Amino acid sequence: MVRPKEGILDPQGEAVRGALPALGFGDVETVHVGRLIEMELENADDVDSMCRRLLANPTIEEYEWEVVG
Amino acid sequence: MKIGVTIFPGSNCDRDALHAVELMGAEPVELWHADADLKDSDAVIVPGGFSYGDYLRPGAIARFAAVMGPLEEFARDGGPIIGVCNGFQVLCEAHLLPGALLQNTHMRFACDRVRVRVETTDTPWTSGCNVGEELTLPIAHNEGNYFADAETLARLEDEDRVVLRYLENPNGSANDIAGVCSEGRNVVGVMPHPERVSDPVLGSDEGMRILRSVLAGARV
Repeated sequence: MVRPKEGILDPQGEAVRGALPALGFGDVETVHVGRLIEMELENADDVDSMCRRLLANPTIEEYEWEVVG
Repeated sequence: MKIGVTIFPGSNCDRDALHAVELMGAEPVELWHADADLKDSDAVIVPGGFSYGDYLRPGAIARFAAVMGPLEEFARDGGPIIGVCNGFQVLCEAHLLPGALLQNTHMRFACDRVRVRVETTDTPWTSGCNVGEELTLPIAHNEGNYFADAETLARLEDEDRVVLRYLENPNGSANDIAGVCSEGRNVVGVMPHPERVSDPVLGSDEGMRILRSVLAGARV
């Protein structure tokens, strides 16, 4: 999961937050839009390195990852 | 003088840049993304477009193309490089320039002509301009909102590394920044497109004020 770092302007999140009250969901305080990257691999040793070097840009984004299944 | 223009899948200003190089009286050199060398280029333009479809983040995938290895070496050796629009994004992703280009704050694609001010002439790409000179240049981008942390911004300002500044900020960029240069000053990134105003037939050749600057430092 990659998303904008705290404090980095997230215009997509803002636009979604602005749209929710129109549907009656008025009590949403913050929305952040990120992206979910799914990978199939044999072992997860290099995932952190993949995140730092390509999947996320540490200047503007933060990431977290987990092994499922 | 040979000026290389990198071509990634999805670059779309490469022809314009090659044409501008011809008009400058220099020899244009096509640098395919899979090329392993810069073909003796004396300067390199990384043009605009949507390299690799802007997938993941603009410039994120182009940054690992084969041609980027020799380009990074060229940068370290002091070779003049300018990244325009997507080229600027590629150079930031490659860490040849600080910061990143975020989505425009207003969430719309910005396509316009904007006024910018030349803030420093101490780069190979602005050496022929005057400090404070104003240029009208086209912009066309969705991610042109320059971001760097407060410390980096302060450093850029202190070290006179803001190259171009918008007179009216079109995208939310920090400090109205339209272009910056590297610590060594030889790598420049700008969001506006000088190559699109390189010929009077295009309505203006003001972009040549920037592009022609590099000729002055030509290694003969």
